Amino acid sequence: MAQQPVELILARQLAGYLSVPVLVLDPAGVVLFYNEPAERILGVRFEETGRLGPEEADRLIEVSDDPAAGPEDAGRPLVTALQQRRPAHARRWLLRRGDRVRLQVELTAFPLIGQGDRLLGAVAMFWEHQDP
Amino acid sequence: MYGVRGSIAAPGPSTARYGGNTSCVRVDGPGGAVLVLDAGSGIRDLRLSKALRRVDVLLTHLHMDHIQGLGFFSALYDPSMEVHIWGPASATLSLEARLRRYLSPPLFPVMLSDVPCRLEFHHVGRERVPIGPFHVRAARVCHPGPTVGYRIETPQASLAYIPDHEPALGARRFPIDPDWTSGFDLAQKVDLLLHDAQYTREEYANCVGWGHSTMRDALAFAVQAGVKRFVPFHHDPARDDEALDRVVAAAVKEVGPDFAVTPAAEGAVFALA
Repeated sequence: MAQQPVELILARQLAGYLSVPVLVLDPAGVVLFYNEPAERILGVRFEETGRLGPEEADRLIEVSDDPAAGPEDAGRPLVTALQQRRPAHARRWLLRRGDRVRLQVELTAFPLIGQGDRLLGAVAMFWEHQDP
Repeated sequence: MYGVRGSIAAPGPSTARYGGNTSCVRVDGPGGAVLVLDAGSGIRDLRLSKALRRVDVLLTHLHMDHIQGLGFFSALYDPSMEVHIWGPASATLSLEARLRRYLSPPLFPVMLSDVPCRLEFHHVGRERVPIGPFHVRAARVCHPGPTVGYRIETPQASLAYIPDHEPALGARRFPIDPDWTSGFDLAQKVDLLLHDAQYTREEYANCVGWGHSTMRDALAFAVQAGVKRFVPFHHDPARDDEALDRVVAAAVKEVGPDFAVTPAAEGAVFALA
């Protein structure tokens, strides 16, 4: 496996200290790392799975639109971050397939763009919805 | 080695054995080719053969202790010389524009555009670049601001130069996986690793994020990379010679490397087969 760029290394180190669920992805959408709070969202532990390809991630969780979300939520934040190189935010229902638990989350994704306009990957952060 | 000290020059009797000049290393290759690694205050004493017509200066970054000697480099004032300066650009400024901020009034009396040598600037990328008989690869490493380390190879030998580097930043334990270790690819299995080893563990606690390593972490990095010889570099300006000996001995005892550990010293020469 090739060594990761220092920007991704620093993103992973930061994620390791945050209390919000964070995923670090490469440009192909492979989840290179997820932190401990994200383990609760995914229902698995990083030390057990290591990196997750898109198919593996899909086997763990199902993400669906939240009917209560506004029109500004259209689109998929990670796709936007990786393909359009723009930050995006959306409200979603997330089904943890292992135990069929449904979570209402907000998802923020932003691209990591290094020197020379090189796309290095993206960071996704989950915010569990709290009823007022 | 012409300069091995970090942060600021530290001349005087207490540092005379290892030296007080800031970073500058000369690499002599086949056919008389010369690379100069960084342009700290040590570069002032670096004299080149009169027959040489080209020299390449590889800058890791533009902190003052790595460029403050550039204006005193004799090759810049030799009209028959070709001086190629390599280094990282920033997100918005070229290497040349960044260097001009220092090498221009009021900080320096001579403008870079006025030096008589033929001067060329090169941005370092991720590709392996041939420079004379050397193959040089740069990679961004963990240190504040645009900073690279270098791996220099000939068919006979390899050297990694990472004088300012904090690969343990944010790691709960160190070393961690090689794939997630800044600088690992540069250092892997080199014959000689010159690496930042500025702090003791106690000092590091107050300097996290400043871009430097402890002697112990640097040594652990060298072990992980499987180097053949390790040269702790970028000595803290407050460390006198005897204290440096003690810090090195303690780290060697703790980590137990199976290769030679020789602290960088001005005037030291390492011959790589």
